[in-house]
Amino acid sequence: MEAYISLFIKAVFVENLALAFFLGMCTFLAVSKQISTAIGLGMSVLIVQLITVPVNNVIYHTLLKEDALSWMGITGVDLSFLALLSCIGMIAALVQILEMILDKFFPALFHALGVFLPLITVNCAILGGSLFMIERDYDFGQSVVYGIGSGFGWALAITVMAGVREKLKYSDIPAGLQGLGITFISAGLMSLGFMAFSGIQL
Amino acid sequence: MSAVINSETKKVLTEPLVKNNPITLQVLGICSALAVTSQMSTSLIMAIALTSVTACSSAAISAIRNHIPSSIRIIVQMTIIASLVIVVDQVLKAFVYDISKQLSVFVGLIITNCIVMGRAEAYAMKNPPMASFIDGIGNGLGYSLILVIVAFFRELLGSGKLLGVEIFSLVKDGGWYEPNGLMLLPPSAFFLIGLIIWVFRQWKPEQVEHPDFQIMDISHGEGGHH
Repeated sequence: MEAYISLFIKAVFVENLALAFFLGMCTFLAVSKQISTAIGLGMSVLIVQLITVPVNNVIYHTLLKEDALSWMGITGVDLSFLALLSCIGMIAALVQILEMILDKFFPALFHALGVFLPLITVNCAILGGSLFMIERDYDFGQSVVYGIGSGFGWALAITVMAGVREKLKYSDIPAGLQGLGITFISAGLMSLGFMAFSGIQL
Repeated sequence: MSAVINSETKKVLTEPLVKNNPITLQVLGICSALAVTSQMSTSLIMAIALTSVTACSSAAISAIRNHIPSSIRIIVQMTIIASLVIVVDQVLKAFVYDISKQLSVFVGLIITNCIVMGRAEAYAMKNPPMASFIDGIGNGLGYSLILVIVAFFRELLGSGKLLGVEIFSLVKDGGWYEPNGLMLLPPSAFFLIGLIIWVFRQWKPEQVEHPDFQIMDISHGEGGHH
């Protein structure tokens, strides 16, 4: 249990996908102008991450990994080079299915998150989460915790960033730094803040 | 005729460098631009990998653009891109294994790099293969330019080296340069890109974004100009 809590804290703060690995930066910068939309996008990322990381984990361990096909009587086959293709295909398919399920059963949630879901397929935070899971060889339980933690960390980062940017639009900024430039520098300062968590051991 | 082709080619090739740079203006493909730039060698490899994937995927998508049904075009594009990235990943693992280990997941993340998808969607779906190929190279070079500038400063100031060759002799080896450890950490990449954007926009003022709110200059009696 302690190992899971430690993994969660690490995924949220120390190894924050947005601020330590720069994943999902495009949407992070483009959709962080308002707190409300940022929370919507953050929630969608959290949900998608929670589903895709464990599903990709199961697929990788039962089909792709070296000798993983031995349950079918096939040995010595290493399909791990197909991991990229299967991960991205799985993410695209799952996002599509999630969109349909939300549309059918939770229309209110669909209207809140609907516009962001297509964006999420090409969000590198999602693919990055699955690839980190493969690289670090997490088992199923760890992958669930890592999915929640990394999604939550990303949602936290974009919400905080939107808060900063809402205040920032009233400040007097040099013309060349206006918009994108100052956003980068404030993201850098936030990332500096998150660096303070590194080295925390639980 | 050839002059027309040449000027068009030149425009497609050079415009993404500064005038319409994918990173500083179109805000595409930033993720990997920040993550792999703590050393020159990794960022050069990454730049070559991305440029070749963008060029080849644009050419391939453009070649079959009239046969792709528009409802499933994203999946088709993604499959082509993912296959090319797998090829690049395998080549890197075979020939430069150490660097491929350092790049870790970021080679795979070329799939979701918005530059590749963006060019496929915005240019390759409407233009012939050769032009799309050159457009891919142009945008790849625009990305590479930023990557190399950021990596240059991060490696030089962070560890006193360029491509692993010592430029500044470090204090711990009896030299004069005290390395700036911040440059090797993630935040410095944000600062450097912010500053590069500032420099680009001082140089090309038409890229400056208009603020949502303008501070009124009361003493001169005139409002902010838009």
